[in-house]
Amino acid sequence: MKELEYPFDSEYLLKKKRAVRKALLAEAGPFTEKKIAVLGGSTTHDVIAMLELFLLNQGIRPQFYESEYGRFWQDAMFPEQALDSFQPDLIYIHTSSRNIRQFPEPGDSMEQTRRLLEQEFDYYRQMWQSIEEKFGCPVIQNNFELPYFRLMGNRDASDPGGRVYFITSLNQMFYDYARSHDHFYIQDILYLSASFGLERWSDPFYWHMYKYALCVPAIPALAFNLSNIIKSMLGKNKKALAVDLDNTLWGGVVGDDGPEGLTMGPETSMGQVYGAFQSYLKALKKLGILLNVNSKNDPENALAGLNHPDCLLKPDDFIVIQANWENKDRNILEIARTLNILPESIVFVDDNPAERAIVRAHLPGVAVPEMEQVEHYIETIDRSGFFEVTSFSGDDRKRNEMYRDNVKRAGLEASFADYGEYLKSLEMKAVIRGFEPVLYDRITQLTNKSNQFNLTTKRCTQTDIVHMAEDDGFIDLYGRLTDRFGDNGVVSVVIGEQQKDALHIRLWLMSCRVLKRGMEQAMMDGVVKRCRERNIGHIYGYYYPTAKNNMVKNFYQEMGFEKVREDAEGNTLWRLSGLEQYENKNQYIEVEK
Amino acid sequence: MMTREEVLDKLNEIFRDVFDDDSIEVCDSTTSADIEGWDSLEHINLVLAVEQEFDFKFEMGQVVSMKDVGEMVDIILAEL
Repeated sequence: MKELEYPFDSEYLLKKKRAVRKALLAEAGPFTEKKIAVLGGSTTHDVIAMLELFLLNQGIRPQFYESEYGRFWQDAMFPEQALDSFQPDLIYIHTSSRNIRQFPEPGDSMEQTRRLLEQEFDYYRQMWQSIEEKFGCPVIQNNFELPYFRLMGNRDASDPGGRVYFITSLNQMFYDYARSHDHFYIQDILYLSASFGLERWSDPFYWHMYKYALCVPAIPALAFNLSNIIKSMLGKNKKALAVDLDNTLWGGVVGDDGPEGLTMGPETSMGQVYGAFQSYLKALKKLGILLNVNSKNDPENALAGLNHPDCLLKPDDFIVIQANWENKDRNILEIARTLNILPESIVFVDDNPAERAIVRAHLPGVAVPEMEQVEHYIETIDRSGFFEVTSFSGDDRKRNEMYRDNVKRAGLEASFADYGEYLKSLEMKAVIRGFEPVLYDRITQLTNKSNQFNLTTKRCTQTDIVHMAEDDGFIDLYGRLTDRFGDNGVVSVVIGEQQKDALHIRLWLMSCRVLKRGMEQAMMDGVVKRCRERNIGHIYGYYYPTAKNNMVKNFYQEMGFEKVREDAEGNTLWRLSGLEQYENKNQYIEVEK
Repeated sequence: MMTREEVLDKLNEIFRDVFDDDSIEVCDSTTSADIEGWDSLEHINLVLAVEQEFDFKFEMGQVVSMKDVGEMVDIILAEL
């Protein structure tokens, strides 16, 4: 919904929250349900109301537990029955500088301040540990915003008796904790308040009147930012950019002005603005965001512009370059098809409002930020939170390479007459093993973001994954695939639950970028092998249809299962028996012993 | 200069927006007890919407002492 995209009108949202909520529930969905406990050190009423709107807009339907006013610590340390039985999927601790129990005073020594810091930090650490033991769910914790007054003025920042110094140091201790604990995330209200304006953010009216730690007009910004962390944790980040060229990546029209007439590079101030945007995109690439071109141009002109000596992005920085005279929505679909990702994972960046309107109308899931003035391009993309990072793995770093390799594979495929010959030429090798601790993160990520090749669309938290990995009642397998073009990383996950002599497959997913490479078969062989080791006689497979997983509707049939039942919603149950006679199906992948 | 009736009309619109209820009719004597959902925490959204519509800021003292819609109209008329 446009009203909930950056830059949203906060006042409108606060005023019309009831109507907006109704509209979202009517038009959006299907939703992922999540239980979120909000433990506040101040009033959280509108924080929750706004968070709900932004989450619904991201396809997440939250159910909330709200602590009594100011009782965040007690709730975490000694949970009430209501919180216990709520079993949160996520805990958000909304605290602020208003919750700091004791500040140092002017004249206090470094040693005294150190002690105070330890005391204050311990208070929080105990609480996080208690949550870890009792709930084992991810935690999002606010850091501290700067104080709204400074007793010593500027010296407050450096003097051990200063509040600014105290808050800065305490924040550092929080960051150290975040770095050394998985599934503990900082929501940086120090940054948010600075960006909003500390003076307005900390308006004492709202504290004294309603015990809000921030001014109510800032709550939508806080909630939007929080919704971005949550959607990122659930694997709902955007994956790719489709960028226009003329007047977006550079100033001018390459077809008319020629590459030499384009505005970019260090010579002029306008050229520098485009240069700054180019280097921002290049930096996003390092995060694993896939860069693509979507431009109305002759291909040779597009390439001539990209090869301009002052252009910081070269043709090689992009995976797919769609430079033609097709409609841009068609080009986005083509980019999505080539990359094997959903169009909803793409952000379309174009200075032309008419092009943006067409894409919005034809492809409602694609993100289309309002790119208004060149000097604000970076800010618009950055503040939209499309790529909020909550985990950063080796696979993320290498993602651009992996996708480029994929496009090369597709080129190779076209040159073979026989598909089997093509698969052989890929020289594929796989590792198929039980879950290993270093991969828990990646496996969790996959269960949350795979939509198409996903038989049950079961979403798992890391706690679920660890539990199943350690419980002997489960057979869990991951598959990692390498070929002559490179390492595809972990691409498939299967989890089965053993009940007597039967295995029930609770989850089977695969990354679409390795579709039809024989990895499905190799995983199947792996499952059967482990079943034989445990004398399991039957395997039951389940398919639950969603809007996105139609491609695996007949997967179990293709794997030789027979259909046991189908209900009115299209949910199907499949069985494979006679495992003694099963013959391995994989022919093209060398599986490591 | 707006008349008392005009201010009340605008306020009525704001109440309908904030409480998402088109059947609301406010008058001078309307209090929080008369409108479903008008509790102390929702009051802030009402105050914000009024501030935005009439382009001024309430002082804390005014918000604390306001007893009914009539008093809100008095404050708005004084600020305009």
